[in-house]
Amino acid sequence: MSTETQAVEEVVKEREPLFSKKNRKLITNPLDADNPITVQVLGVCSALAVTVKLIPTLYMCISVLFVLVFSNVAISLLRNVIPGRIRIIVQLLVVASLVAVVDQVLQAYAYDVSKQLSVFVGLIITNCIIMGRLEAFALANKPGPALMDAIGNGLGYAAILIPVAFFRELLGSGSLFGFNILGEGYPGNGVMMSPVGACIVLGLLIWFQRSRNGYTEEA
Amino acid sequence: MKFLRDTLDKVKPNFEKGGKLYFLHSSFDAIETFMFVPNHTTKSGSHIRDGIDLKRTMFFVIIALIPALLFGIYNVGYQHYSNLVTPEAHTFIDCFLFGALKVLPIIAVSYIVGLGIEFAFCQVNGHPVNEGFLVSGMLIPLIVPADIPLWMVAVSTAFAVIIGKEVFGGTGMNILNPALTSRVFLYIAYPVEMAGDIWVSGIKEGLVDASSGATALGELGAGNEYTVSAMDSFIGLIPGSVGETSALMCLIGAAFLIVTGIGSWRIMLSTVLGALGMGLILNMIGGNPYYELPAYQHLIIGGFAFGAVFMATDPVSAAHTTMGKWIYGALIGVLTVLIRVFNPAYPEGIMFAILFMNVMAPLVDNYVVKSNIKRRLSRVKA
Repeated sequence: MSTETQAVEEVVKEREPLFSKKNRKLITNPLDADNPITVQVLGVCSALAVTVKLIPTLYMCISVLFVLVFSNVAISLLRNVIPGRIRIIVQLLVVASLVAVVDQVLQAYAYDVSKQLSVFVGLIITNCIIMGRLEAFALANKPGPALMDAIGNGLGYAAILIPVAFFRELLGSGSLFGFNILGEGYPGNGVMMSPVGACIVLGLLIWFQRSRNGYTEEA
Repeated sequence: MKFLRDTLDKVKPNFEKGGKLYFLHSSFDAIETFMFVPNHTTKSGSHIRDGIDLKRTMFFVIIALIPALLFGIYNVGYQHYSNLVTPEAHTFIDCFLFGALKVLPIIAVSYIVGLGIEFAFCQVNGHPVNEGFLVSGMLIPLIVPADIPLWMVAVSTAFAVIIGKEVFGGTGMNILNPALTSRVFLYIAYPVEMAGDIWVSGIKEGLVDASSGATALGELGAGNEYTVSAMDSFIGLIPGSVGETSALMCLIGAAFLIVTGIGSWRIMLSTVLGALGMGLILNMIGGNPYYELPAYQHLIIGGFAFGAVFMATDPVSAAHTTMGKWIYGALIGVLTVLIRVFNPAYPEGIMFAILFMNVMAPLVDNYVVKSNIKRRLSRVKA
């Protein structure tokens, strides 16, 4: 990790500071106004699949953040040497090797969580947020902004997944982080345990966000 | 009546534009039109209005539901008393009172929660309050088991009104039938409480013989022979949800809806034909008791009759074109039997069949309209 971040900082220092106003926007925008899940509606599949409990969700968010940051920076560094016609393959290669690392680490140090997440760790490879950021941002920007963009989008992903998982675990099984909150008598809620519940909670979050931000449908 | 009118007229200025309580005007409007026919006059366009507005329509459906409701109340008590472990003497009145004690709280909860949410949404959005919930609020108690905890009724009603209706824009904009939305929510959210031996009131407390609680659909789903006579299921003196056991009462309601022109006879008839057709095909295949169940039995067991008469005909979520109504109804019938017979995990198919076709109804309408345009265009060209 250290070598790559250093490389990033060196490149950036020549032009503009890493935390310039424009770069800060790259982090804050995806958290709300340009959120990858609720606004761009990317990566919804994993948002529905892994949010039954908070703990696996947290691991998933960290995994996605890790893959996103390293792949975004790597592709950004390689952007001038990747031939345009095979860029998707190169991107997949980078993402897939990072995902393999994440998967192995999870299996080694968090076997239970890795079991629960099952295929969805492997499916990070096809996560539209990652492919989308690589295509739309990393290929056209320097590593510094690419790093910020990756952090922003990774956090934006987490900013939606964690509330969804919070409500699903609380209402679905009456617990939080595995600790029982609502008491033994709470009967649970099958809707919240199934992906349908995630879809509904996600919809309500989008509703809340849009009414707060004053979103109107474009014709 | 005069007194009521005078009182309303006296407080009315407060709710009009500029009045102190203007922000509450939609609630006031709702109460006023609930009591009196609104004094609206058309300003332009057509000047003749049908005397039957939305409120009257809804009331006719409620009237059509009354036989099923009264019979359901009686049946709750009848099932309870006739299956007691320690038998008690009981009269018709006893059964009715027992049922009323069970059912009336459910109705009250459903109306209070549903109307409360509806009024709140209209108030916030500044819409006039619609009467859409009057019928849903009566349908919900009729399609749940009598022993359901009241908080579940409240949660499912809130879910149905908010997610099933208000997020789409309120009455008239919903794609799903709100009452069935609440029922399917209960079914999926609380599978333990909504399946198994729950269909006779008092069974959980051990007051009632546990072997008595199986419904026809439950028995058949488990692969057993169905033993209740066709007459009993037609009259409705069998265990089940509050208001849906009696095909006879649903027929009375259907007759009322068809005579007054509120419910679509096309949908009811095509639903029955679809189920009969599918049932006959399965009869021909044969193989297990469920396949060999006489096709007409599908019409009288479970909630089929209730669903076909009161749920499938919901004018908002059903198909709108004439041809579309035939297709929509027939597919509901076919799907109901298919889900019942082929999927043992879901004993009752009418709920999923209607919801599925609710979703498909705009598609059906779309193709009906397109084919109509095509046909007429080809006539012009020729």
